[in-house]
Amino acid sequence: MADNDALFEFLLRLGDNSLILGHRVSEWCGHSPVLEEDIALANTALDLIGQTQMWLGLAGEVEGKGRTADDLAFLRDAWDFRNVLLCELPNGDFGQTLMRQFLYDAWSQIMLGHLTQSTDARVAEIAAKAAKEVAYHVERSGDTVIGLGDGTEESHARMQAALDYLWPYVGEMFDGDAVDAAMTKAGIAPDPASLREDYDALVRDVLRKATLTVPTDVFHHKGGRTGYMHTEHLGHLLTQMQWLQRAYPGATW
Amino acid sequence: MSKEWPLWEVFIRGQHGLNHRHVGSLHAPDAEMAIKNARDVYTRRNEGVSIWVVEAVHIAASSPEEKGPLYEPSNSKVYRHPTFFDIPEDVGHM
Repeated sequence: MADNDALFEFLLRLGDNSLILGHRVSEWCGHSPVLEEDIALANTALDLIGQTQMWLGLAGEVEGKGRTADDLAFLRDAWDFRNVLLCELPNGDFGQTLMRQFLYDAWSQIMLGHLTQSTDARVAEIAAKAAKEVAYHVERSGDTVIGLGDGTEESHARMQAALDYLWPYVGEMFDGDAVDAAMTKAGIAPDPASLREDYDALVRDVLRKATLTVPTDVFHHKGGRTGYMHTEHLGHLLTQMQWLQRAYPGATW
Repeated sequence: MSKEWPLWEVFIRGQHGLNHRHVGSLHAPDAEMAIKNARDVYTRRNEGVSIWVVEAVHIAASSPEEKGPLYEPSNSKVYRHPTFFDIPEDVGHM
């Protein structure tokens, strides 16, 4: 069994990814371009929040200090979050939201596939449930990226701009550190870098069908999953997401 | 080309053994997305095991104005309704 702190940190990363992205996607509720997409995005957001409950619930259990998933979601500040920067970036236009979703879904699907084989039965169980949801998410976001990328001149230009903006945030999902080394050693999770080949195959195939050009610059932003430095956007997101607990500490219903 | 996505009629089979039932309509660019949208719009509460979608333009409908010629002739033919038989109690609902 790996060091408990490393497992806690690893679970925070998974839970914070789905929490922050889920909140971002929920911001579209009532604002999507068409009713069908509005409901689909709300469903995706709810799936992600559901996954958050499981990951952060387990994180609290592993930590052993009595913190619940709600405590972890609503009572931490920006520097304690461990999501990758990609998940906290603003929605932008609908195309940018769907591009971000696809870039994340593809990683998530591959990661969850490995986690279903985890030596930690609790992790494997959560991954098995989440994998079914994410299999649908990636199909939907991938199809939409293709539809809009290979669409009109305007939609193509917007999708290319979204890809150019978001691509430098992809690399962080494959970074590794001591936490990941401990997880890999214990057989709990794969080495993040080992997912890159499958990811590139999946993502590049979709982007090619979408007639989009993958940027060649290899630079990538980082600092989210380690908590070293988030973007300015996370703090703004938290003021909305945590508003109730900040205004009325300890409020319940 | 119209900028609106075409309208699709959605049919869902609630359980194995039942017929597909019309549940509503939605807009989608193609059949594949129509099924995905139907999944998101009409099966959120675990309603279905199978989805059919048909582009609404492909459904031929009878005209309400013709309801006289279409349906009234059958009204006066009571012998087409097998309501004259006594059904034994233990047969139950038929």
